[in-house]
Parts: sequence; C-alpha cells; structure tokens
Amino acid sequence: MPLTFYKKPALVVYVTCGDPDLVTTREIILAAIEAGADVIELGVPFSDPVADGPVIQRASERALKGGACLSQVLTLAAEVRQHSQSAGLIVFSYLNPILRLGVEKFCKVARHAGVDGVLLTDLPVEEASEYLEAMRANDLAPIFLAAPTSPDARLKKIAEASQGFVYVVSRTGVTGARQNLADDAKQLVRRLRRVTKLPIAVGFGISTPEQFAETGKFADAVVVGSAIVETIERNRGREAEAVAEFVGKFCSRQLQKA
Amino acid sequence: MATVPRTTNAKVPTLSSTKNVDLRMGHPRGSSMHNLPGRFGVYGGRYVPETLMAALDELEREYEKATRDKKFQVKLDELLRTYAGRPTPLTFAGRLTRKLGGAKIYLKREDLLHTGAHKINNCLGQALLVERMGKHRVIAETGAGQHGVATATVCALFGFECVVYMGTEDMRRQELNVFRMRLLGAEVRGVDSGSKTLKDAINEAMRDWVTNVRTTHYLLGSVLGAHPYPTMVRDFHRVIGREARAQILKAEGKLPAAVIACVGGGSNAIGAFYEFIKDKKVRLIGVEAGGRGYTLGEHAARFRGGSPGVLQGTYSYVLQDGAGQIATTHSVSAGLDYPSIGPEHASLRDSGRAEYVPASDAEALEATTLLARTEGIIPALESAHAVAEVMKRAPKMKKSDVVIVNISGRGDKDIGILRENLKID
Repeated sequence: MPLTFYKKPALVVYVTCGDPDLVTTREIILAAIEAGADVIELGVPFSDPVADGPVIQRASERALKGGACLSQVLTLAAEVRQHSQSAGLIVFSYLNPILRLGVEKFCKVARHAGVDGVLLTDLPVEEASEYLEAMRANDLAPIFLAAPTSPDARLKKIAEASQGFVYVVSRTGVTGARQNLADDAKQLVRRLRRVTKLPIAVGFGISTPEQFAETGKFADAVVVGSAIVETIERNRGREAEAVAEFVGKFCSRQLQKA
Repeated sequence: MATVPRTTNAKVPTLSSTKNVDLRMGHPRGSSMHNLPGRFGVYGGRYVPETLMAALDELEREYEKATRDKKFQVKLDELLRTYAGRPTPLTFAGRLTRKLGGAKIYLKREDLLHTGAHKINNCLGQALLVERMGKHRVIAETGAGQHGVATATVCALFGFECVVYMGTEDMRRQELNVFRMRLLGAEVRGVDSGSKTLKDAINEAMRDWVTNVRTTHYLLGSVLGAHPYPTMVRDFHRVIGREARAQILKAEGKLPAAVIACVGGGSNAIGAFYEFIKDKKVRLIGVEAGGRGYTLGEHAARFRGGSPGVLQGTYSYVLQDGAGQIATTHSVSAGLDYPSIGPEHASLRDSGRAEYVPASDAEALEATTLLARTEGIIPALESAHAVAEVMKRAPKMKKSDVVIVNISGRGDKDIGILRENLKID
C-alpha cells in the first residue's frame, strides 16, 4: 500500500494543485517523486482557506484564477498514478468542495483515480461519520489532524478514526514556515504514541533540511508544504526543476546520514 | 469521471436544484452526535480545524455553566440596563403607518442602545464569559463596524486587549467606525484578501484564533460559525424579542401579525424572532440583501441563490459556484454583505416557520429616506432593508394588523455612503 512509509523519516510533499496551472502541477509532482518524495498531498484550492498562511492563500488564489477545481485535481491524481505506482497520493482539501461534488461520488472517483487517502482540514472526527462510511466503502484512508491543543481523549478518537497515518500539527497556527519549531510537536507525538500504533507524520512550519532531520528523530514522516509552494512561486517557468532541487536537499541529507 | 465546470458565469444553483444536494452529509447519521445541541435540523455543527476544537469545547462548557449561574444572569442584566440602555423602546411609527396606509407599524429601537446597534447585547454577554475563562485578549471581525465598535467598547470596559479584523473595502465604507474603534483603544487590522469584506475578516480572525487560541477569545458577532456560537449569540439577543413581545401586548393587547428584521448573519433577526416562534400566527420575515441584481456576486440573498454548504465552521445556505467555491457578494450595506446565513435561519426557512425575502440596494436607500422624513429616525442601512419590506407589505395588510420592524442600528455610520448615493446635498 503506497501509504506505507518505507524509509524513516518519509518525506510528504504538499502542493496546491493548479498553481500556476494543472499541467505544471503534474510536472512538479512527478519531479518531486523522482527526487525522493514518498507521499504527495494534492492540495485542492479553496476560496476561503482559514487554516492556511499567506503562502498557500496566494497559491490558492492563483489556482482558482486559473479555474482549478476538485474534479480536475482528481483527474490529475489519476495521471500521476499512471506514472508512479509507488508514491502515496492524498487529497488535501477543505470540506465544502467535497460536499458540493457529493461525498460518496467524491470517494468513488478518488478511489478510481488511485488516491490512497484524504485529509479534510475543517472536518473534525465528531462530524465525520457519514464521510468515514463512504471512505471505508471505497478503501480510502481517512487521515485526521491532531493538534497540540487536542486533549488525550480527543487524540484517542482521532487515532481510532484515522487510517494510514495520523497528521500531527506541529504547533497552533496556520500553515507556513517558522524559524523555530515548538516543543509542542514532540510532546504531542509522545502523547499520540500512547494511544496508537499508526505511523505519525508531523507538519506545519517545516521548511529546511535541518528541521526535517530534527523532526524525523521522533516522527515517522515529515510534511513540507508552504516551503514547496513558495519555491514554486519564486521560480516561475522552472517550477518542476526548482522543486526537484529543493526536495533533493532533504533526501540527500537523509542519504548522507545513512 | 463527471466533471463540475467552474467558471465565473457558472449557472447559479437555485433553491429547486438544491433538492438534489446530499443534505445527509454533515449530520452524522445514527451516531451519538445526532442530537448535538448545536444542530438546527440538519444545519449548524462544528466544522473547524482540530486546533480550535478544545477551545470550542471550553467555551461551550463555560457558557452552559454560566446559563445555570444566577449571578451571571444578574450581572448581565445589570450591564444591559445600566450600561447598554435596555430595555429599548417600542416606538409607534404613526406617520409612517399613515403614509403606507395599512398595518400599524411599531419600531423596536435597538438603534438607541449604547454603541448604536443591537451588537452590544452579545458583546457584553461574551465579555462576561471571557472574564470567567480568564482570557485577556479578544479578537473580532466586523463588517459594518458595529460589532467591531461594540467589541472595542466592552474590551475597554473590561480591560481586555482588543484586535478587530475588517475588510479594507469595509474600512473605506465605514471610516467613522474605524476611527471609533481606534479611539476606544482597539487595534483595527485591515484584511486585503478576497472581496475585502466581512467574510475575509472572519477568515483572518479565525487564523489569528488558530494561532493564539490558548490566550485569546474570538468574540464572534453573529449567529454564525461553529457550535456553540449560533446558540450562544442567539441567546444573548433573545432579549430583543422578549421585550418586544411584552411591549406590544401592553400597547396593543395582542400579538403582531408579523415581525420583520434584516438578516446578514442573522443575529438581530433571530433575537427579534425567537420569542415569537411559539406564536404560530406571528409571521417571521427576514430580509436579505438583494444588492443590485440576481446574478451570483451581485447580492447576498442566500435563500435565493444559495445552496447548503459549509463555510467558516457551520453548515447552512451558502452562495457558491458549482465547484463549491464561495461566491463574492455585494450589498450597499456592509453588515449584510456575507455569503452565508446563520444555521438556525436555514432551519426556520426549511420548516416554513420563517420566510425570507430580498430588498435591493435602491429599496434600502429609499426606505432610509422615508423613515428619516416620516419618523425622524435614520436607520442603519442594514435595518433599512427591513423598513423596505414593511413598505411593500404594510399597504397590503389590514389596518387592524400590527407589525413590528426591528431597527437593529442607527444610520450615523452610513452618512458617507448615504451622501454618495442619495445626492440630496
């Protein structure tokens, strides 16, 4: 199953699909996989991304201006899947575009496209029973977020509802790079390990190979999002190449260590 | 694969087409959460990033405790009386009634409250909760600036640090309120994303909250957002209808035929409606912003052009395109310029207990002038939408009928826009 993390830490790469356009996004994703990314989070652009910082907000705006939408992201997933059997593919979205398409229909199409899992930023476990049924019926892994503010009782519910892995939010706040990573993440991973055997990915704010290595000491996978999106923003015309170089820095570091 | 086209000219989903929308999603079927108190029929719920869940739980617990605590109620009542200026009068609008030549019109005068609108009811209630929770920093969003001013006011009164998010388009439209907030010691942060209006201010306030949730309370200003906000904010505004019901019984010896209120998020409307819900013969009429036309993007009439969806924490009617992207809105009134509506209104509409109609920018402006010149009351442009509806409705009603119009705020803040639009200088 592509969501298995074969190396530790595995590298999860987030991209906002359709920024700058869907054809380029496909090139970026394939380049990232080639350079060593283990799992790709396919970000669905949304008009009101309340959980995102300025970098992903800007990317979403650009993608929406270009007309990107959920069904196109699913088509893109299918194309990526044709080229790569090994990479994990996760749809990363806000709830409303999924609701609009219809939850069951979304799950069917996603499964058919070769998607492995789905993460919905604004769908907490309490509201998810309908979604979980549809996800399970289509053999898709529901991935939920755990936050530093989640009490132990919630962590248990989150772990029970999740499949594939649990996504730990490294700190309170929106997505985006940070100079220093709080101790929050380490403590949260420790608390979560007590209630689950699922692998744990840590994300939000990780932008450098140093932070990646540091986080990799206690997490099974590390998510790099805004730093990738910023690389795309800053390298107009050579996005895929730039992302490959960027991802390469994370993966070569891992090789050096080995 | 079926594709959902997304273009700016996407066909506007109409209410009849929403019958095919999967309403089941969003209300967990057969789970223990089915009867969440935060649901109004299928609407409402709590759709927020995980980081906020614990804070919403805390707020819900604290609010529940407070509602059982007599001291809390006594303290709030005293503040409402001695600080905000409750009860507000119910004014018989004699000249307006004669002019329209139909039902007897009464005005519930929330415009006479301290800070100039009903918003202070909720702000005082939440400020007392903030004090109980031991938090010291308060954030808020504002559209017309009325909620921002009310929030800045209670923060000054309680000694809280205050940050208000406001779309830059609204800052331009409501300049005077921006200055008022700053004078009161609040920091006003302009929001330049999206349509630069209320929705975008809420996005930014939510981002602040997600970052500073451990120390900060989000003083949401309408019956929107995740549970417990729609219930809690409604409860803080129920006093409007409670007073109005007693006042009209005293003045007329009978219940009104209709209660009319404007609906942005819907806090003044639900406050005015709530005590009358059990009085089945009283028609409850919410007035949405019809803007300048019925193309998506030109109005904020959620029940005309919207369909069920999730925005900013709650499941309700939302103006959106075929791909689930939230539409931009337009209204001359910043306080009604919002693509979603409180979930309890969605439920009242579906059940038929309340009805919702639009009033256009032009109708609201006309109503402002009429109320000013017949009664000497300049209503907020938001409230003018309710006046516009009574202008259409009262002439068709019997002279023995009585109608209450909620004047949710006063129009001083709108003087700039009124000058631009009315050209009566």
